[in-house]
Amino acid sequence: MIGPLVGVLFDGFAYGMLLFLLSVGLSVTLGMMNFVNLAHCSFAMLGGYVTVSLMNDLGWPFFATLPLAFLAAAAVSVVLERVLYRRLYRASDLDQCLLTIGIVFVSVASAAYIYGTVQQPVQMPDYLQGSFVVMGVNIAVYRLFLVGAALAITLILVAGLEYTRFGAQVRAAVDNQRMARGLGINVGGVFAVTFALGSGLAGLGGSLAIAIVGLDPSFAFTYLIYVLIVVSTGGLGSIGGSFVAAALLGISDVAGKYYVPQLGSFLIYLVMLGMLMWRPAGLFGKR
Amino acid sequence: MQKLLIGLGSLAAALLAASPVHAQGAIKIGLIMPYSGQFADTATQMDNAIKLYVSQHGDSVAGRKIEFIRKDTGGIAPDIAKRLAQELVVRDKVDLLAGFVLTPNALAASDVSAEAKKFMVIMNAATAIITTKSPYSARTSLTIPQLNETLGAWAYKSGVRKAYTMVSDFGPGHDGENGFQKGFKDAGGQVVGSVRFPVANPDFSAFVQRAKDLNPEAIYVWVPGGVQPAAIGKTLAERGIDPAKTRIFGQGELTEESALKSMGDAGLGIITVYHYDYNHASAMNAAFVKAYNGAYSRNPDIYSIGGWDGMHLIYEALKKTGGKTDGDSLIAAAKGMKWESPRGPVSIDPETRDIIQTVYIRRVEKVGGQPRNVEFDKVENVKDPFKARMKK
Repeated sequence: MIGPLVGVLFDGFAYGMLLFLLSVGLSVTLGMMNFVNLAHCSFAMLGGYVTVSLMNDLGWPFFATLPLAFLAAAAVSVVLERVLYRRLYRASDLDQCLLTIGIVFVSVASAAYIYGTVQQPVQMPDYLQGSFVVMGVNIAVYRLFLVGAALAITLILVAGLEYTRFGAQVRAAVDNQRMARGLGINVGGVFAVTFALGSGLAGLGGSLAIAIVGLDPSFAFTYLIYVLIVVSTGGLGSIGGSFVAAALLGISDVAGKYYVPQLGSFLIYLVMLGMLMWRPAGLFGKR
Repeated sequence: MQKLLIGLGSLAAALLAASPVHAQGAIKIGLIMPYSGQFADTATQMDNAIKLYVSQHGDSVAGRKIEFIRKDTGGIAPDIAKRLAQELVVRDKVDLLAGFVLTPNALAASDVSAEAKKFMVIMNAATAIITTKSPYSARTSLTIPQLNETLGAWAYKSGVRKAYTMVSDFGPGHDGENGFQKGFKDAGGQVVGSVRFPVANPDFSAFVQRAKDLNPEAIYVWVPGGVQPAAIGKTLAERGIDPAKTRIFGQGELTEESALKSMGDAGLGIITVYHYDYNHASAMNAAFVKAYNGAYSRNPDIYSIGGWDGMHLIYEALKKTGGKTDGDSLIAAAKGMKWESPRGPVSIDPETRDIIQTVYIRRVEKVGGQPRNVEFDKVENVKDPFKARMKK
């Protein structure tokens, strides 16, 4: 009895971490910068394609592709931010939605044009495959790796935003732009870097996720809903909130599928609904 | 209103047909497929085969030029498919309808085919009942019961007595589940449990763990092609389900080319049922695969073969009618048509207008270092068992 329960908890937590890795970048761009960035998963998809191309076409090892996925997504996002996003920082939510959903369509069409509509083969290195058994619980190696990666990213982000000079500048620029500018902070520059950070994280999350969820041009739309759920239930602007929300959603989703499969993946929406009714601003939301 | 439109359309078509100029004109084929969206790749593969067929066999039949009008449904959208079919018939005055990757779209367009008396060739959509919706439709792909009942019966014959089934929770998944369970139970097997998971399911760990905990002799899986086969295949391997001990059965989507590439060694030993694979050993298939690769730099799949044979049926039927394109002549010409396809011998059942073909049982094995679907058993001349039962 205990074996399956612990197994479900682990799988659920690992699935939650997968969701977290995909959405942590959005909790930076949407959460902190307050920009409704529906194109988040387009950057994740870009990261995924970078990883797939480097691994399959150039034979790079998986780990070497991860920084490149981060950098590529960040670089593309800086261009978009300077050219397009920047103009809409003060526009209404609807305008931001329209722009970013347009970018999603463009990204889907571009991916289909360059890579074709076919599902990309993603083959992880041997040492990340398979599973081992600890006290009757089946632990999949890749899922364990995802959990580790998510924990590391959370620590780095939280520490970076709380304890570094740049983190303080970001928080100042987000909370009170005029004051920050008055203190000599280059708000435009800070925003550009923050946005690049968020998108880079999306790219990294994408390349970590594709081993489990696969990659084709519809990726940018398919996972949009999940990352929005995680960020909104976690509370805007809270990395820790996203982490907790992702873990809760992941565990309830997997537990639901294991114990009440008839309910299927509907449970994740019920949990979201419950959490938002209880705390409309999200678990750790401030506004 | 709809009937009126179609009425007007047929009237206009009748008037046009009466004029001698039109008789010499092009034959218009309306293709309705999901060229964009989640199923875009299936449409791409089918369209590739259609283009290849035309480039090899010429763009005119019985002295008349063939023209295509392509319409995009964007995915599962029966209302759009129906509207497009109406527009094609009424406004573009197509002579016949073809394509149809998805069941709901094919069902919706069948109404138009029936009312406007237009020949309709279903090149993929695989739910059994589709061809009963229009007396002018024929199918060149497969039916899900045709494959899966055969697999169920074969599974029992191969020694499996207790099986667990896990399928996607939508029409084709249910058909696969019913088909396998029917074939398996009728042979004497026992289904120890089953689960249906959502169609858009990113993570299979919970479902696979549940199946594993029941410890069945075999697990039957039905998922649609695309992202999911590799995802579930990897999860099966990751949970330590060894195909050598617990047999894994499925319809061929589970081990399609791109899925096998992603699964790597995890896919070895999975047994699937299908009606076509690009590795099928025949001279005709070798030539087909070579030409296909030459034109599109990839291998054909079942959607390609459905499109290829669909075009063959259209060309041969037109030759038989001498270029006459009314629904009655074309369907009469199509009934009972027999030909050799790259997949093997096929024919159109004169009673149900559905395809009769050889069904192959394949196992994933390493060939030259690469995982491949290797055919090791087959059942010849399989008719759709579902419609055979409907008749009784």
